[in-house]
Amino acid sequence: MPLARLIPCLDVAHGRVVKGVSFVGLRDVGDPVELAELYSDGGADELVLLDITATPEESATMTSVVERVADVLEIPFTVGGGVRSVDDASRLIESGADRVSLNSAALADPSLITAIATRFGSQAVVVAIDAGAGVVHTHGGRVATTTATVPWAIEACERGAGEILLTSIRQDGQRSGYDLDLTVAVRNAVTIPVIASGGAGSAQHVADALRVTDAALVASIVHENPSGLAGLRREIEALGIELRPLEEHYG
Amino acid sequence: MSDVVVVDYGAGNTRSVRAALTRLGRSSVVSSTTSAIRDADFVVLPGVGSARSAMRHLDDTGASNALRQRFSDGRATLGICLGMQLAMDRSEEDGGVKGLGLLKGDAVRLREGRVPRLGWSVVEPWGQAYYFAHSYAVRSWDTVASVEGVTVAVRREAFLGVQFHPEKSGPAGLDFLDQCLSLV
Repeated sequence: MPLARLIPCLDVAHGRVVKGVSFVGLRDVGDPVELAELYSDGGADELVLLDITATPEESATMTSVVERVADVLEIPFTVGGGVRSVDDASRLIESGADRVSLNSAALADPSLITAIATRFGSQAVVVAIDAGAGVVHTHGGRVATTTATVPWAIEACERGAGEILLTSIRQDGQRSGYDLDLTVAVRNAVTIPVIASGGAGSAQHVADALRVTDAALVASIVHENPSGLAGLRREIEALGIELRPLEEHYG
Repeated sequence: MSDVVVVDYGAGNTRSVRAALTRLGRSSVVSSTTSAIRDADFVVLPGVGSARSAMRHLDDTGASNALRQRFSDGRATLGICLGMQLAMDRSEEDGGVKGLGLLKGDAVRLREGRVPRLGWSVVEPWGQAYYFAHSYAVRSWDTVASVEGVTVAVRREAFLGVQFHPEKSGPAGLDFLDQCLSLV
């Protein structure tokens, strides 16, 4: 099995990294290229860049962010938000994204998963699921659908998704730990890796998640102190989780 | 030394490979032109996409024969991920695809663990962690490195193939690429 992965997530709006709760009171926290480099240097195993505006008018701005990030980053990164077609995926991957994340567009048209996987391989397709009370939610978690979470994860896997990014709406932003029951239920139902998301408030929380799944997404816990990522990694390792060894680089 | 030629498949991400080469101070071009591929001092066959569409593109552009020619001329080629798998006789991806046949062996679907295999693994005997993202792996007599018994690097004459992505593997990956380039 590959080593457990720690994945910082950057919310991007109008070409800048922003922070806010449920899209309210968005605050500019920096340049995506600078933050991406900082996290990469701090030992992030991958990054996720999420375009939270995700409007067609903003797609050119996001493409430019992806190109600039790809030119400086030496680790893989996934881009999500506003991917609605094979052309959208193609544009992002050709701009340097390793993988694209699909959310509501995959729910509306599940054949999109297969179409992108056929062209770029399953490893390039992440299906993001915002889950709460047993069902999938859309619109940043505000709108409940009638689609049950676990069956949707199974369908996404069968249609060619390479990974599930599973966010617990209940836990998101609470900083009281990941929803481990949800994570285990989904992971046991699929044959692809699952990234736990929502709720990280401490190294202990991340370690608990990495004991039951393949990767953990972190957001607010690292954004408050981006240069603290290396320290967070060491705390997680001290709790018995094996992360990738970071070599001293003597160039 | 001439520009590094990154082979164009018509699909996928050549930007990251070129960015890594740039960081190592090497200029590169993306090309599917037969003479450029045949004659370059160093060629990278990158790896994104599916086996069938990639081979079709390589065959249609003449890149396949150019790659075979440079192999028999003893010119250095680095195959990354799918680029390594395509160098074998065949792959079972997409219902079976004939490869370039530079190396004896095949690419088969991973049967252990979660597939695709995503993430960092320590490569033995090199002792260094690199990033992997793949659903198929090669079986070959020319194995030079492995992870948990799965071949992750092959070498035959001037062809070196790696299953991991050196362009996505941080400083360790850049060091690896630099060493490959310095062998030419």
